[in-house]
Amino acid sequence: MAYAEQIARSISTYASDSSGVCSALFELGGMVVMHDASGCNSTYSTHDEPRWYDFDSFIFISGLTENEAIMGDDEKLISDVADAAKQLSPSFIAVAGTPIPMMTGTDFTAVAKEIERRTALPTFGFATNGMNTYVSGVELAYASLAERFTHHMKPREKTKEPTVNILGATPLDFSGEDCYTQIRSMRTMLEESGIAVQSVWAMGDSLHNIMCSSAAWANLVVSYGGLKAAKIMQREYGIPYIVGRPVKGLNEAIVSSIRQSFKDGESRIAYEKTTRADKKILLIGEGVTSESLASVLGADAAIPTEFDSELLRNGTLSRGEENLRNIAQNYDVLIADPLYAPIAQSCTKFIPLPHEGFSGRMFSTQAPDLVTKIPFNI
Amino acid sequence: MLIRIGGKQDDSGAHVKISAAAYPAPFKSGLEYSCAARGTWNIVHTGFLLPQSHEIFICAMGCLRGVVLTAAEMGFSHRFSTIEIKENDVYEGTMEDMITDGVSQILDTLDYTPRAVLVYTSCIHHFVGCDIQLCFDILRKRYPHIDFADCYMDPIMRKSGLNPDQTMRRQLYSLIKPCEKSSKKLNIIGSDLKIDTACELFDIAKESGTHISQIQDFDTYEGYQSMGQAFANIYVDLSAKAAAETLEKRLGQKALYLPLSYDYDEISTTLNTLRTLLGLPEKDYRAEREKCDKAIETVRQTLGGAPVEIDYTATPRPLSLARLLLTHGVNVTRLYCDSFSAAEKSDLEFLQKNYPNLDVFATVQVKMRELDRCRSCKTLSIGQKAAYFASSPYFVNIVQGGGMYGFSGILKLCGMITDSWQHEKDTRKLIQIKGMGCSCHGVC
Repeated sequence: MAYAEQIARSISTYASDSSGVCSALFELGGMVVMHDASGCNSTYSTHDEPRWYDFDSFIFISGLTENEAIMGDDEKLISDVADAAKQLSPSFIAVAGTPIPMMTGTDFTAVAKEIERRTALPTFGFATNGMNTYVSGVELAYASLAERFTHHMKPREKTKEPTVNILGATPLDFSGEDCYTQIRSMRTMLEESGIAVQSVWAMGDSLHNIMCSSAAWANLVVSYGGLKAAKIMQREYGIPYIVGRPVKGLNEAIVSSIRQSFKDGESRIAYEKTTRADKKILLIGEGVTSESLASVLGADAAIPTEFDSELLRNGTLSRGEENLRNIAQNYDVLIADPLYAPIAQSCTKFIPLPHEGFSGRMFSTQAPDLVTKIPFNI
Repeated sequence: MLIRIGGKQDDSGAHVKISAAAYPAPFKSGLEYSCAARGTWNIVHTGFLLPQSHEIFICAMGCLRGVVLTAAEMGFSHRFSTIEIKENDVYEGTMEDMITDGVSQILDTLDYTPRAVLVYTSCIHHFVGCDIQLCFDILRKRYPHIDFADCYMDPIMRKSGLNPDQTMRRQLYSLIKPCEKSSKKLNIIGSDLKIDTACELFDIAKESGTHISQIQDFDTYEGYQSMGQAFANIYVDLSAKAAAETLEKRLGQKALYLPLSYDYDEISTTLNTLRTLLGLPEKDYRAEREKCDKAIETVRQTLGGAPVEIDYTATPRPLSLARLLLTHGVNVTRLYCDSFSAAEKSDLEFLQKNYPNLDVFATVQVKMRELDRCRSCKTLSIGQKAAYFASSPYFVNIVQGGGMYGFSGILKLCGMITDSWQHEKDTRKLIQIKGMGCSCHGVC
């Protein structure tokens, strides 16, 4: 069927790349501007950002108009951003694109350079276009942080005990009763295993700690959005990375992988291919979460968000309601966000697993703390 | 959990005394902030007022996100579909195929056949020069048993003629077919919230033996079509002007602007306009004025001089409301308005002359993000944004006028103010619910 990947008859859609940029940078004291007419900011702050009410992060839209777009009036954007920066004194600036700036060919690198020249503040330009999922926006944002804000810590400055950075933490993948529940659990699990946490990119932590990330011995990539930053730090500082989301049943393997990488300096994937004979189980969701959980449950995974095929162990990449429906009909059990329920009609059991990146705030407080418990029986 | 512990005091750029407020835009345009109050309706909510309809949005993922979750929160996912535009679609020149084939694929696989389909195209379609008319011609030919309405989610056009909100109101009624008119039938159109049937408009209609319909009255498509029988369409807010004028041109239904107002004289004038139209003698509405005076006096005494803050989402006429309250001794201290409506120009001039120190604050200006949201004393807020910016649990929880109209609307609002002053509300919870008053389920 034509447009099979693009048609949703009744299911939701993922948060977009520009939301991913905002979510990744939300707590770091910067100012993020979505170059957009209207709508992106209210969508982001309503559905994608559980911290919006309590935390005065500087996330804005430019209010692009038809005339400005047609006339290529980048000066309005640049001067408005510089003016707002003067009023608010952020620690850095990021400008992210949306569909119309993509169509008009806005040069975000040049825009960022000019804003940086005028404000003397570090400025990032992200050529997002609202046509990719939040995962790619998170990836862009964290990669830029790794390139621009981390600096080399000499070996003697490194701690004696294993330390890690947690890369890829945003509420879009780690929501819960409060959006920090799973972050706290990850920290606790690692620290109880004798592994200190240098920084969490980027929830409940500071820009300063993130800037000192190269003090860590390894990076733990808990969502695909953190992988590129990990690769940059591997290249720049020789820090190995481990891919895997802490999930009850996988935590020991993650700790063991960190210790192994601590010894041999090699990067590795913490989850493995597993199968189950009694039931066919399918997971749908973000790549690292789905692969990690699938490994524990003996399930397969269908991953609709950006992911590398080299990281696949239990899954396949697939997008679109019809495609996912066709895959799901081969399984007994479907585990996915509640808004995937319409495609589970042929499965004997549907287990809702809330995912803020898909259903936004609707079920976010019901998202289980997978670090400490797998809350369903199959 | 990170919690806000205090705000900034410097409000320059986000605040102006009303005496110095320029019309229609009191603040410099710049980056925009979106505060956490969500009660106003969007084009998804408005579209679902059309009974037995299905909505299909065609745009980029980032634009779809807000609308698809609006529908999901309403419990209306089964009446809502999307077609996601990718980068290659923009450059390959196949946008028309995408609309016609995509919509067809959705309709061919739905579990039901909608009577009407609202197809929303977006900013992208304008910029690629998509032949939208051709697409609708094809769809109408392909599905003759379904009515298609062209709708638009094109916020980039918001300063280029009609904004999306005005266009949506116009298109909502675009499927009404011509039929025989009745001199005893009227419509009120363009109001998201149903206008209170206890208001004077309905009293007048009843007195003349006329029936007033609103789109919210109908749960069938046939009911909606019956609105074509009205000889005139009343609209109470300028955002429905284009809707009424289009119907006048297309169906010959008289467009009748009877503005929502809080000014006794203006209310009397509008009510008498309707009375005259329906062949009734004019009234002085003295008794109604006196009742309102008493009700506002009760409000004044209840509040005891406490500050009152009003935002533009509470009513399309915030200046008119402020004027009413101030002239009756209520201590209105702040207005939250990013712009002033043409309907309010005389109210603005009155307030500038008589209450020059009244504070006007922006809602979208960037400084509003960090401005102090604590007040030194108990404060009454009218509207969700005012409640948010004052961190006040004492607020009148209404949007878009709340369906209240005329003298009876003032009486009802006074009751709500008194009640809101006496009973705390859960501001955080209430103001984050989207589309207040829409007929929806779940968290909505």
